[in-house]
Amino acid sequence: MTRAFFALIGRDLRLAARIGGGGGMAVFFFLVVVAVVPLGIGPDLNLLARIAPGMLWVALLLSSLLTLDRLFQADYEDGSLDLLAMGRLPLELVAAAKATGHFLTTGLPLVVAAPLPGLMLNLEVSAFPALMLAMLAGAPALSFLGIIGAGLTVGIRRGGLLASLLVLPFYIPVLIFGVAAARAALFGFPDGVAGQSLTLLCAVALASLVLGPVAAAAALRANLR
Amino acid sequence: MSPMTSLSASQRLQAFANPARFMALSARLLAPLWVVSLGLLCVGLYYALVASPPDYQQGETVRIMYVHVPSAWLAMFGYSLMAAASAVALIFRHPLADLCAKSAAPIGAAFTFLALVTGALWGKPMWGAWWVWDARLTSVLILFFLYLGYMALWAAIEEPARAARAAAVLALVGAINVPIIRYSVVWWNTLHQPASVFRMDGPTIAPEMLLPLALMALGFTFFFVTLLLVRMRAEILRHRVRTLRLARAAASAED
Repeated sequence: MTRAFFALIGRDLRLAARIGGGGGMAVFFFLVVVAVVPLGIGPDLNLLARIAPGMLWVALLLSSLLTLDRLFQADYEDGSLDLLAMGRLPLELVAAAKATGHFLTTGLPLVVAAPLPGLMLNLEVSAFPALMLAMLAGAPALSFLGIIGAGLTVGIRRGGLLASLLVLPFYIPVLIFGVAAARAALFGFPDGVAGQSLTLLCAVALASLVLGPVAAAAALRANLR
Repeated sequence: MSPMTSLSASQRLQAFANPARFMALSARLLAPLWVVSLGLLCVGLYYALVASPPDYQQGETVRIMYVHVPSAWLAMFGYSLMAAASAVALIFRHPLADLCAKSAAPIGAAFTFLALVTGALWGKPMWGAWWVWDARLTSVLILFFLYLGYMALWAAIEEPARAARAAAVLALVGAINVPIIRYSVVWWNTLHQPASVFRMDGPTIAPEMLLPLALMALGFTFFFVTLLLVRMRAEILRHRVRTLRLARAAASAED
């Protein structure tokens, strides 16, 4: 069972590396979103530094959302999802493997790349560790909550947009705690706020690690009947 | 729990699961429900708009509260009902529970919208802005998004049985998430504006204001139940029409 789980993750990683540029595409999108912001609100460096943590988080959220719809859809179209559902690996673990693959190909590259757009937005270098730590804790939550939306909309035409609509409200706690952790480090909030929000973010991430696969598997069962 | 009692409980549930029985029962209930809910709303509106005194601070704008508070209460009641019905549908495969959840969603969304709009109308003279990113407002807005997402999922999946199960999963996940979202928004709000002056709790509410509020809340709740029954009956009829159409299409295909 463990072997099947890791084989599934490996398959997703190989697929991402060989078709569609792997994490490169997501990083590119992330950079483009960040580059559009100063064009929209003006090149004031002080303002940019103030909103940088929030902007980076919103960009992470959007890139994560946009890659969601292919998560199960591609497997659904070529029939491999039916095979996975009939296999011995429980559907919950299939969903968990998919979410892990999504995190490794989308979330992790973005976290690693975050300092570059951070510098472009004039974010203080001292805030980078806190921001990256928060993103590292929050990105798995985005993937594991995201599979719920992907599972619910599998087999629907134009499902990608709907999946984003369904998942976005669930992302709000991750966004709030993640930005709070980064901002607390940046503006020197009273002691403990940074640690508190990071702890809460980890709590949300751990809860989504359980809730996500179970709900996604239930959604897939409903859709594959 | 012995197996006998659980069997009889599920049998009792089965009796109510019969759509024909539901149609007969609800047809008898609808007229009295309309009378009670409209009567309560009329009396409540008279007390709310005419017979109750204006607030010593807020003046006449306090009357918005008599619509706003019951709407907000039904917004939450609607989602709880939807989640509970979805749980029953997933666990017991109760056919009416799916219809109940589906029918409750647009009504709950309408009341959520009403709460948001009346809140904005009240906020303009009181706070000087139509919208304030207050924790309560923001979490009600997110509740509205959850309703819309639920309805969008129902609309997107063509086959009713499949849509019902997927929507039920979504409603339950949403129900688990609502407290987390609510808590995170409160945390976010206190972090951003530590000196929040927007509080509903001033003086405890006066009895001459409590009466119209209670009447309106009761009237709104009865109105909600009445609309729910009407919508559920419409859903059952829609299902019958669909079945008839499918049967006719199958028959004409055989010819």
